[in-house]
Amino acid sequence: MNEPLLTLSDVSRDFDVSRPWLNRALEGEPRRMLRAVDGVGFEIRRGETLGLVGESGSGKSTVARLIVGLYAPTAGRVQFTGRRLQMIFQDPYASLNPRWRVRKIVAEPLQVLKIVSKNEIPNRVEALLAQVGLAPEDGDKYPHEFSGGQRQRISIARALAGEPDLLVCDEPTSALDVSVQAQILNLMSDLQKRLGLTYLFISHNLAVVSQVADRVGVMYLGRLVELAGAAEIFARPRHPYTRMLLDAVPDLSMSGKPRTPVAGEVPNPLEPPPGCAFHPRCPHANERCTRERPALIGAVACHAVQEQRI
Amino acid sequence: MILEVKDLRIEFPTRRGTLVAVDGVSFTIAPGEVLGVVGESGAGKTLTGLAVIGLLEPPGRIAAGEIRLEGARIDNLPQEKMRRVRGRRIGVVFQDPLTSLNPLYTIGAQIEETILAHLDVGKAQARSRALALLREVGIPAPEARFQSYPHQFSGGMRQRVVIALALAAEPSLVIADEPTTALDVSIQAQIIALLKRLARARGTAVMLITHDMGVIAETADRVAVMYAGRIVEIGPVREVIHAPQHPYTAGLMGSIPTISFSKKKHLAQIDGAMPRLNAIPPGCAFNPRCPKRFDRCLVERPALMPAGSSAAACWLHERAAANP
Repeated sequence: MNEPLLTLSDVSRDFDVSRPWLNRALEGEPRRMLRAVDGVGFEIRRGETLGLVGESGSGKSTVARLIVGLYAPTAGRVQFTGRRLQMIFQDPYASLNPRWRVRKIVAEPLQVLKIVSKNEIPNRVEALLAQVGLAPEDGDKYPHEFSGGQRQRISIARALAGEPDLLVCDEPTSALDVSVQAQILNLMSDLQKRLGLTYLFISHNLAVVSQVADRVGVMYLGRLVELAGAAEIFARPRHPYTRMLLDAVPDLSMSGKPRTPVAGEVPNPLEPPPGCAFHPRCPHANERCTRERPALIGAVACHAVQEQRI
Repeated sequence: MILEVKDLRIEFPTRRGTLVAVDGVSFTIAPGEVLGVVGESGAGKTLTGLAVIGLLEPPGRIAAGEIRLEGARIDNLPQEKMRRVRGRRIGVVFQDPLTSLNPLYTIGAQIEETILAHLDVGKAQARSRALALLREVGIPAPEARFQSYPHQFSGGMRQRVVIALALAAEPSLVIADEPTTALDVSIQAQIIALLKRLARARGTAVMLITHDMGVIAETADRVAVMYAGRIVEIGPVREVIHAPQHPYTAGLMGSIPTISFSKKKHLAQIDGAMPRLNAIPPGCAFNPRCPKRFDRCLVERPALMPAGSSAAACWLHERAAANP
């Protein structure tokens, strides 16, 4: 087993969502904090892909931003032992400067990080574009001349320019059509093999994660509820929430397998339920679950599993 | 048939020439049937839906073809008449429930208003109908939520309200354009089940427009696959998914990731991208990306022809029919 490249230990992040000071002073309202990430810990080993899944508001994007340093953790530690990390964002329209030619976009990390000498840059840019399946001429174009999938290729080329060990990918294919998504996923897996990259792959789409990930973490309301090998988690999900998520995925094979109806919705993160955050929706919840927060033991944070009730 | 669309052609006149966004599209939907319309962005599926409900925005226009609702043409109705048809006989569910709801009125008032505008009932009756609808779409404690505003609902609940609104005047046809795309998977499954149940129970014809083949597999009876403004394949969902007859459908199905327990393999991929509207190639629009193309595909456009239990617009099937 390889050494961990990135370690998160008990990381939390709060956001202040209080009303303005004057309202608080006049109406006697307390400060309100939203805990977007709550005691999350995992490690990513060199060369692997860790998938992180969850619904909106589960805190998976906040985890990505904590890792790349766009947010500082409120508590806990993020340790990165590699040389450099880069991020790929969901929206290839918002993450590329519309006024810059592709050549300049891809060259920027090379200059800023002084990866190669100045006269080396054009060659390196061309090589990077070729690596993601773009032609050298594409360097002269502006981002708007490309389709969504090609823009995401540009984002990947830019990320690779910094020669990162770890790529943090936040929903990199969610804005793309499915045939283009397949191209990008295949490209990412080829690059991983060729360059020995490590990925943190965040997605709400379980099928996409099962396609790329070696290990998978499932988040619910800011907490990590299950973390296990991909084969393990998709064949034998243990946490009731993971089971529910897997049951909700539309069944393309139309096998007519029985499905547990999904009940309820994600609660308001401002007022997370006490005890296990999932207990109001959980068919296996008992009195202990409403009181006591389950720790991540083994691979899963669930009393019912630990007590061998399910 | 509730809805019959025949040879629909939608054009956008521009300074550099006319763009044909939808080209020769024909399909029908029977009572109680869910027709899925699937395709990638720019395939023309949303425009087809907008044409049916008469909300095509200028300069886009219907250049040819006809649309019939329960036998009568609706594509050439004057705006005011079309407005009566919409709402009364065609219900609409869009992707973003917030754009379909007025933020300044309670949801109860909005449903009541729709019922009063289209049906011949009194105020008290309208109210009890609205409550029954909210209950039917699964809003818990509808009496209590009647006076709530749209922002007080979650995304999934809002989409339920929009579905109640679309069904308020008991339309014979519902057009649902990406109704679950903005929702989380667990909520998506609930909304899909709801749409399907309501269509069956009320005998409503549903045109379900989506890019998500999974949603189609769960909901639709038949599916039309669109590519570059054309229907390339149409048939029963099971056949189209398990035995796609058009190379594009086959490629599309192969590129959808599925949950697998074993170590991942490469996905099948269709190289290239769908052509832009100003650069649709002659012959079959899919020919530059097609692994099975031959001479005829480059020059002559294939019409839908029988292929298995579906119909596909692909010359391979004529060749197969000629040399069995």
